[in-house]
Amino acid sequence: MIKPLLYGGLAVLGMASAMAKADSPASLMAQYAQQAGVPVSGLSASRGATLYRTEHPGRDGQAVSCAGCHTANPAQAGRSRVGKRIEPLAPAANPQRFTDAAKVEKWFRRNCQDVLQRECSAQEKGDFIAWLSQAR
Amino acid sequence: MNYLLRGIGVVAAVGVFSLLAFSLPSGDAHGDGGGNVLPRTANKAWQQECASCHIAYSPAFLPKASWRRLMSGLDQHFGENASLDPATQADILRFLEANAADSGTSRMGSRVMQSMGVSAAPLRITDTRWFVRKHDEVSQATWSRKSIGSAANCAACHRQAEQGVFDEDTVRIPKQ
Repeated sequence: MIKPLLYGGLAVLGMASAMAKADSPASLMAQYAQQAGVPVSGLSASRGATLYRTEHPGRDGQAVSCAGCHTANPAQAGRSRVGKRIEPLAPAANPQRFTDAAKVEKWFRRNCQDVLQRECSAQEKGDFIAWLSQAR
Repeated sequence: MNYLLRGIGVVAAVGVFSLLAFSLPSGDAHGDGGGNVLPRTANKAWQQECASCHIAYSPAFLPKASWRRLMSGLDQHFGENASLDPATQADILRFLEANAADSGTSRMGSRVMQSMGVSAAPLRITDTRWFVRKHDEVSQATWSRKSIGSAANCAACHRQAEQGVFDEDTVRIPKQ
């Protein structure tokens, strides 16, 4: 009598924790599209690619871009300014990417400030993930 | 009845286990491994956050006052935005202070403090007199080799830096 209840409870708990961790590139794109007030089809991989590659004047006047550290090919490993390896950004090369919304927001907050000197919009974040999702 | 007892047993076991797992201090020092080997200290947030961009520099390389300064300016961290949520930031600072050079928890820290000015609070480990003296034979040309890049890249030469081992015989300076 108790056993099925116990197992049932554990199963529900397991499902709940799996659901809490269920961020994916697709779910994040859906969230950002919604925030931006556009359908997911309104996200643009080519705009994302432009955002990734465009160089901007950084704080110390040197040109900075996403590609500067993550390399021109996001399926390849990059290098931080002090030489530490950065695992590839493209989910095709690194399935861990875009599976944790809090982590994604943390890095957008930091890196958009560093590269663009401002926060990125929801549209830009969605475009960015759209581009990386199809990068091979 | 039997199942009920078993169920209670399982719940109790899980409870005791998680109690143990979550009550262990996360920033415990386990003794100094000797002169150039750092004590095995660990804090999950410190490891995860600091080591995203560089090796997780040991708390023993700078005094508490330095870590306080550094952690209060993460939005402009040597030219990069490394800001954290307040809870994570506080957790990491607690760990850094508890194991700082002037916390008395490591021999490495005591050596760093020996040549530190009384009220000095450098932001860069490479600015401490201890670091400069230890590396006085390394030329500017060596520091700027492509595979090294800067003096902040400990692991380029100290091949076991990530494990806290800085012994002379683990040093291999890359040729280019």
